[in-house]
Amino acid sequence: MFEDGTVLNELLVERLNYFIYVVLLLIGLHAMIAKKNLIKKLIGMSIFQTAIILFYVSISVKEDATIPIYKPEHDPHGEHTHAHDLEVNSSDAALGAGHGPVALQSAETAQYANPLPHVLMLTAIVVGVATLGLALALCQRIYQGYGTIEEDELLTKIERADARTSLSPLAKAKSSRKLSNRSSRKSVVEETGKEKTIGGASKRATTGSRQKSSAPKRKAAADPSQAEPRKPVAQKKTGKKPGGSSKPKKGSA
Amino acid sequence: MENAIAWIFIFPLFGAVACALLGMVNRKFCNPVAVLSMAGATWAGVETLLQAVASPQAQVSYILGGWTLDLFPRGVGIEFRADLLGGLIALVVLGVGFIVSIYAKLPVERETPNKESLFYTLFLLQITGLAGIALTGDAFNLYVLIEVAALTGYGLIAMGSNRAAAATFNYLILGTIGASLYLLGVGYVYIKTGTLNMVGIQEVIMANHLMDSASMQVAFVLIGLGILIKMAFFPFHAWLPNAYCNAPSTTSSLLAPLVTKVMIYVMIRMVLTVFGVEFSFESTLWAKFMPWLVVFAIICAAVMALAQREIKKMLAYLIVAEVGYMVGGVWIYNYYGLIGSIFHIISDACMTLCLFLGAGIILKKCKTTHFDGLRGLFAKMPLTMIGFFIGGFSIIGLPPTCGFFSKWYLITGGMVSQHWEYLVVLMFSTMVMVVLFFRLIERIHLAVSESGKNLGKGHGDLGLTKEQTKFDEAPLSMLIPLLLAASIVLIIGIYNQDVVNQIERFLEPFNLPKGTRN
Repeated sequence: MFEDGTVLNELLVERLNYFIYVVLLLIGLHAMIAKKNLIKKLIGMSIFQTAIILFYVSISVKEDATIPIYKPEHDPHGEHTHAHDLEVNSSDAALGAGHGPVALQSAETAQYANPLPHVLMLTAIVVGVATLGLALALCQRIYQGYGTIEEDELLTKIERADARTSLSPLAKAKSSRKLSNRSSRKSVVEETGKEKTIGGASKRATTGSRQKSSAPKRKAAADPSQAEPRKPVAQKKTGKKPGGSSKPKKGSA
Repeated sequence: MENAIAWIFIFPLFGAVACALLGMVNRKFCNPVAVLSMAGATWAGVETLLQAVASPQAQVSYILGGWTLDLFPRGVGIEFRADLLGGLIALVVLGVGFIVSIYAKLPVERETPNKESLFYTLFLLQITGLAGIALTGDAFNLYVLIEVAALTGYGLIAMGSNRAAAATFNYLILGTIGASLYLLGVGYVYIKTGTLNMVGIQEVIMANHLMDSASMQVAFVLIGLGILIKMAFFPFHAWLPNAYCNAPSTTSSLLAPLVTKVMIYVMIRMVLTVFGVEFSFESTLWAKFMPWLVVFAIICAAVMALAQREIKKMLAYLIVAEVGYMVGGVWIYNYYGLIGSIFHIISDACMTLCLFLGAGIILKKCKTTHFDGLRGLFAKMPLTMIGFFIGGFSIIGLPPTCGFFSKWYLITGGMVSQHWEYLVVLMFSTMVMVVLFFRLIERIHLAVSESGKNLGKGHGDLGLTKEQTKFDEAPLSMLIPLLLAASIVLIIGIYNQDVVNQIERFLEPFNLPKGTRN
């Protein structure tokens, strides 16, 4: 089954690393594109980057090679006694070698693994960590702002908010007038004190008209569209928020 | 100054550190520090470009850490190289950064209160990354700098509203896919050539005839795809409009002119310097289908721009269309097309800067960028509107703005190489832009007298009051950068021949076809 020259042999024995890297790459890509949960997307992103790291590390593998630190017999500065070092230094100074590294002949370098891909991947890992950290911070911002990290819920909430902000100023003024009427009527009807304050707040917010939507949670709670009576779920949620429940409600919207 | 090219990085990098530290003491120091370090970096950029122009090889090279070429083979040590193309793009980056740093003072205080020091730190790091992309001579280093620019860009955009954070998340996912694909491509190049130095890669490809190597083809596709995602070329543009529209206005006026343009520079660099003309245009399939993809991209972006009712969104789609112009200019594989493409990078950066600075002022003064909120603005702030429309005219391509001349070369390239489809689509998109901007002009100049008729309601809650028509110009710290940008658009337009001469000098060694194809 694994004789020389067959596809299976090539995939699973000779080039197993490359096979795995492609599989991981595709898993990561799939997760980044197809998963709805933002955190799952980030997991996909990490897998994706790790696949590339595996690829780079694989290309530097060499049989019977050691880590790229001078073997004693190759050390151009000889043994590390100080006096000897100085001596070599003075004779090599003309070649520009000095204390610095000296390029070995290719026959000698065959005994060392290639360090460059590893060094590159150290940098790439750092970049990956920075990206992941930033992305997690963004997730937190998104959760604070919208109360969800499910992409489809997020999109509906954003669409709702966009529909409000992208109205022309004329239409906005009209709708906010209508809204404030409705919510003030509502605030009279509603019995609980909490709801009343929200209704009142929304009225204040809407009469102030062009409220920037930049404010986080608290303002979002006072936002007219969230307190809009047509959307009972959002209403319930905003009603709950002052109560301190911050648990993510999956599939509530 | 001998090491001017190194000073380009030292100024913003240490400026960023200084901003972060001084911000703890007093936030008021941050803006002056940012302006000063950008001024220093711009001076170093001018110096570098002058040195490159003066030198016989038309380039300045600086190898970090003393791994000089006379002692070590090429590819050992990281090289910064400013040839005429890189030098020009770096100067554009630094110049735009300088102008925006002056502009930033008021909007940053207003839009991101208490975060000024963080904002300016990211701002300066962003400039470091972008200038680094333009000047580095090392393929892997390019990846790192792309990520430096991208990460700071995510941070800058996410400082806006919550909506901006959601948009940034999409940008981050797509940007990471793009940059990772680029990294993967660099890996394949490294397997085949054993070096990461851009000139070194080209030398190895030529010496070993790697044009038909499957690994190099894969590398080319991966790198190309990664860069297309990063530059928001049409099917991959989804991250751009929302990210730029919801970002703070300073951020969008810094990123919109630079990020996509710098990525187009990377594409040109890869095509010309790294893979070489022969490889890119003759041994790959790209050159055959890219012009048609460009046609598709420009039409779709122009139509979507037409559908927008808000200045910033409209401008974002315009950027996507402009990216199509420049990509097309490269892939029609013609000398004039490439001149046009490179010149258009420069002029597009200037005019997009103009437009976004103008949009930022409008947003500050009118609290909206919706078209309906702009009626009669010319009476209120004539200077801002003049600056804004100089940028608009340049996008349309009216002489003597620089947009006219770059489009001229693009069209010449399309004609000479007989890519009629590209020519037609350029004309179509120009018409769309005429419609877009004259629609704006109509609102901004004429709608005052028609207001009653147009709105029909007559309640006066949004009809123009006296207050709205009163002269109320933007503050000087915002107005001066806008007018500066507008005058640069005109100056580059008037002195276009000098810029084109340098671009021609850069393109001379590549033996691009100047006549018809076949």
